[in-house]
Amino acid sequence: MSFLSAELRQKILDYLPRYPSKQAATLPALHLVQDEMRCVPLEAVREIAGLLDLSPAELNDAMSFYGFFRGENHKLGKTRLWVCRSLACALRGGEELLTTMCQKLGVRPGGTTADGTITLEFAECIGVCEGAPAVLVNDEGRPDVTPDKVDALIEELRTRPPALHPTLATPPPRANTTSVP
Amino acid sequence: MRRILKSASPSLDAYRADGGYQALQKAVAEMTPAQVTQTVKDSGLRGRGGAGFPTGLKWTFLPKDHPGPIYMCINADESEPCTFNNRILMEQDPHQVLEGIILSCYATRASIAYIYVRYEYGPATRALQKAIDEAYGAGLLGRNILGKDFHLEAYLHRGAGAYICGEETGLIESLEGKRAWPRIKPPFPAVEGAFRKPTVVNNIETAACVTHIIGKGVEWFKSIGVPADPKNPRDAGSYGPKLYCISGHVNKPGLVELPLGVTVRDLVDKHGGGVWKGRKAKGCIPGGFSMGLMTEAEFDTALDFAGPGKVGCLGLGTAAVTIFDEETSIAEVLYNICRFFEHESCGQCTPCREGTGWMLKIADRLRRGQGRLEDLQILEEVGDKIGIMPGTTICGLADGAGWPVKQAVRKFRKELESYIRSGQKAKALPVLTGH
Ligand SMILES: Cc1cc2nc3c(=O)[nH]c(=O)nc-3n(C[C@H](O)[C@H](O)[C@H](O)COP(=O)(O)O)c2cc1C
Ligand code: SF4
Ligand code: FES
Repeated sequence: MSFLSAELRQKILDYLPRYPSKQAATLPALHLVQDEMRCVPLEAVREIAGLLDLSPAELNDAMSFYGFFRGENHKLGKTRLWVCRSLACALRGGEELLTTMCQKLGVRPGGTTADGTITLEFAECIGVCEGAPAVLVNDEGRPDVTPDKVDALIEELRTRPPALHPTLATPPPRANTTSVP
Repeated sequence: MRRILKSASPSLDAYRADGGYQALQKAVAEMTPAQVTQTVKDSGLRGRGGAGFPTGLKWTFLPKDHPGPIYMCINADESEPCTFNNRILMEQDPHQVLEGIILSCYATRASIAYIYVRYEYGPATRALQKAIDEAYGAGLLGRNILGKDFHLEAYLHRGAGAYICGEETGLIESLEGKRAWPRIKPPFPAVEGAFRKPTVVNNIETAACVTHIIGKGVEWFKSIGVPADPKNPRDAGSYGPKLYCISGHVNKPGLVELPLGVTVRDLVDKHGGGVWKGRKAKGCIPGGFSMGLMTEAEFDTALDFAGPGKVGCLGLGTAAVTIFDEETSIAEVLYNICRFFEHESCGQCTPCREGTGWMLKIADRLRRGQGRLEDLQILEEVGDKIGIMPGTTICGLADGAGWPVKQAVRKFRKELESYIRSGQKAKALPVLTGH
C-alpha cells in the first residue's frame, strides 16, 4: 500500500517526460502533494524520493530550502492568505493590514485559524504593487485591500473559499510531442 | 504598439487578427537562425531582466555546432520588489511573449523552453498555459513547426516563493529540483547551464521585445529610446520600448510603456498623476530595491541603461519606480529593504548571509530609536563589502542588498543622523515573526 494515492503518483510520473532528469520533477511533485494534502508529510517525501530515484534526504534538502512547503505538523488551512509587507504596500498601509489580519483571525503570520479555514502568511512583494496594499489568496493577487474591505474578505474566505486551481495541470496529451533527448 | 493595457483579448485568434505570429512565420520561412540572432544583435536589444546584457550577444556565446540539446530558460520569476511588468505581460498578452520565446528558440536552436514562473503568479501561469496549449494545437509548438524542420517543446515550471530563483543560475538549480543556490561562474549558462547543457536565460519582457524586432525590424526598434553615445565606445545605448512600473505614494500607480529614457519626474507627474495628498516626494527606489535610491533632487535622471549610474545607482534594474513622500521616514524605508534581503539571502555565502543579517539588526535598532551614529558607518562598510563587485559573494543579490543601504546612508545622512540624535522612534509596529 502506498501512502500517496495511485492518482497522485501518476500525476507526478506524468511530469517526468518533460525533463532530462527525474530530479527536475521535484518542485512539481511537491506542489501536487501539498495542494492535495495541505502539507508534505515525511512519508510523502520518502515516496516522492522513490519515484524520482532520489534519497529522501535529497528531496528534503530541496523542499526545506523553500519555506513554501509545510511539514505535517504545520498543515495549511483551506485557504492560504498572504499579506504583502514589501515597500510599495508598506507605504500604503500593508503593515497595518497585516496587523489587522492577525488580530481579526487571532493568529500570527504562519498560523492557521482554529476552524482550519485560513492560514495567514506575510509575503515579500507579490507583484501587485499597483494595487497596494495587496494580498494573495492562494496564488491569485487581490489589489487594494483597504481597511474597509478586510471583513468582507475574511467572510468570503471563511464561507466561500475559492477553489484551489490545480496548481499544475497534468500536461495535456499531445500527439506531436517529442520525448526529451 | 503592444496590445497590453488595451483590454485586447489574450486568445490566439485575437492575437492573430492583430498580426500575431507573422514575425515567426517570416523568420521561419525567410531567415536562418543565424540571421535572426544577427537581427537581434543589430537591434541593440538589452535584457530587461535587470542586468541589461545585450541579448543577441548572449546568444552568440552558445557553442557553435553543438549537437544539442540546447535549453531556453525564460525567467518569469519576477520577484524584485515593486516590479510587476512581466505579470501584466503574461496575463494580458501571453501569445506576444510566447511568439518571442519561439523566435528566441529558433535563433538559438533550443529544443525545449522552460518558462520558470513564480508561484505567486497563478493567473499569469494559467494564461500562459492556455496560450501554450493553443500554440500546440495550431502547430506553432511541437514537431515540425510551420511545416519546417524546427521542433520545440515549451513547459511551464512553477517556483515556490524564493527571490533567489530569479538569479539565472539559482533558477537553473531550482529547475533541476535542487535548492536554488546560485552557481559560481564561469562556466556561464551558455556553456554549461540547465542539465549541464548550453542554456540561454532570458526575461519575459526581453522575449516580447524579440517578437517586435523581428516583426517590425531593426530600424523601427532603434528609432525608439536613447542612442549610444558616440563618444563613449562602451555605451551600448538604450534602444526600444520599456514597461515602467510606478508605485508607492503617487495618485495613479500603474504600468506604462514608454521609450527608454523617460525621467523619474515625468513618470511621477505625467504618468503617475503626481505625488499623493498634494505632498512633495522625498525620493524613490528607481529600479527595484537592488539598484539603490534617488533623492527628489535626482528625479531628472533618465531611466535608461546609463542614467541611474550617473547618480550612483547600480543600473536601470527593472525600471520599477516606487515613490515615497516627504513624510516618509528613511529609517522605515531602510528597514523594509534590509528585511527583504535578510529574508531572501540564500545563505550560501557567509558575507551575504551574515551581512544582510547585521544590516537588518542595525536598521531595526535604528528605527526603534536605539541607533548610534557609528551605526551609519557600519552600514556603509557592510554595504561596500558584500557582493560580486568586491568579490566576496557568488551572486548579485548581495550587491543589490548593500547598494540601497549605503545609498540611504550617503544620500539621506542628515535625516538619519537627526533621527538618531533625537531618539525618534518609528510608528510602533508590532514585531511579527514567521512560523
Ligand atoms: C538576486 C537576483 C535576482 C534576479 N531576479 C530576476 C528576476 O526575477 N527576473 C529576471 O528576469 N531576472 C532576474 N535577475 C537577472 C537574471 O540573473 C538574468 O540576468 C536575467 O534573467 C537575464 O535575462 P535578460 O538578459 O533577458 O535580462 C536576477 C538577478 C539577481 C542577481
Ligand atoms: S550572494 Fe547571497 S544570495 Fe547570492 S549566492 Fe551568496 S548567499 Fe546566496
Ligand atoms: S510591494 Fe506589495 S505587491 Fe509589490
